[in-house]
Amino acid sequence: MSARLEPITGRYAHIELDGRAHRLYYEEAGSGIPLLCLHTAGSDGRQYRAVLNDATILKHYRVIAFDMPWHGKSSPPAGWQRDQPYRLTTEAYSAMVMTIASELGLERPVVMGCSIGGRIVLNLALNHARELRALIGLQSAAYVERYYDAAWMDHAEVHGGRACGGLAYGLMSPLSPDEYRWETVWHYMQGGPGVFSGDLHFYQVEGDIRSRIGAIDTKLCPLYMLTGEYDYSASPRDTQAAADRIAGAKVTIMKGLGHFPMSENPEAFLSYLRPVLEEIRSD
Amino acid sequence: MFERLAEVVNADPAVVRWGREMNETFMLEIGETQYLITVRAGRIEKVEQGPFVMRSWRFAIRAGKDCWTEFLRSPPAPGWHDLFALLRRGEVKFDGDQRALWAYLLYVKLVLEKARSLQ
Repeated sequence: MSARLEPITGRYAHIELDGRAHRLYYEEAGSGIPLLCLHTAGSDGRQYRAVLNDATILKHYRVIAFDMPWHGKSSPPAGWQRDQPYRLTTEAYSAMVMTIASELGLERPVVMGCSIGGRIVLNLALNHARELRALIGLQSAAYVERYYDAAWMDHAEVHGGRACGGLAYGLMSPLSPDEYRWETVWHYMQGGPGVFSGDLHFYQVEGDIRSRIGAIDTKLCPLYMLTGEYDYSASPRDTQAAADRIAGAKVTIMKGLGHFPMSENPEAFLSYLRPVLEEIRSD
Repeated sequence: MFERLAEVVNADPAVVRWGREMNETFMLEIGETQYLITVRAGRIEKVEQGPFVMRSWRFAIRAGKDCWTEFLRSPPAPGWHDLFALLRRGEVKFDGDQRALWAYLLYVKLVLEKARSLQ
């Protein structure tokens, strides 16, 4: 065999969420401290392939990236065709992350999430700090006001893949390499109908956590917030506004990166992530 | 400058492909100056400069002159680099048929970016 193989393995796990059976896809690589990675709205775990391939990180971390139900290779639960349209909520998302961590046997994992994932880590910091070793919010903001109508991305007379791709495209930095920017766009083009806008229900409507973040105790669980300077959805200003209300939160503004740091410019992102993981490990 | 948009867009198949079903005229407003851009199968057929009298268009993208100056920088500064970045900061307004704008959002974004090469 001459093909170059990556260290990543992919598996399916049968896990019950909110009383329903789910068949969830996840990828993992490395060994050591569990690092559970949460993808952005309307995309999937492929966004973390650079982290899952980074030899430096894999020496000390077991990196796991799962596809949320409805995303990537994790199908919706049986009977979805009769359900109300998909809508992510704080409660369901939070329970999903903690249940998956527990069902996969991850002991006090580090949880790193981007965008909607960056929002949910703030909820995890409030409610599950003792169960987690550290939290890393990428493009993390307590609230983003609604400045466009996401319903257009789930409309019979608009191609959802093209519209979602068009939206994601601009959220990246013009300085990020074309190759990776367009791979990130492709993931968005592959989302199911209404899934991206269903995730944005949590991000733009239901998941406003501004009034509660002051209660986060970073002594119980360290919180790192890394934000790309070209992101205008969760902008550096939004991240800083949240961090200003959380004693001990550590903010890094990532030069030249946008809303999808891990997938739009992997090398640049890893140069910011590695020292954070090193600090967490030495704590 | 926008008068020369057709030559750079039509020469780039990676842009034209995303507008291949588009047969519309849209308005681009740069401060006081109006342009009507007519697209046929993803190629820009013509760019007309106003003022216009009773002309129809499918959707309009309106922003001030300074805003477009920032948008057209190479590279643009954070927060000025994308049509929706301008929307988030309240610098751009969309009028008319929002469905058509969403249907061709990626194409329209790429077309506007092409104007950077004309600076």
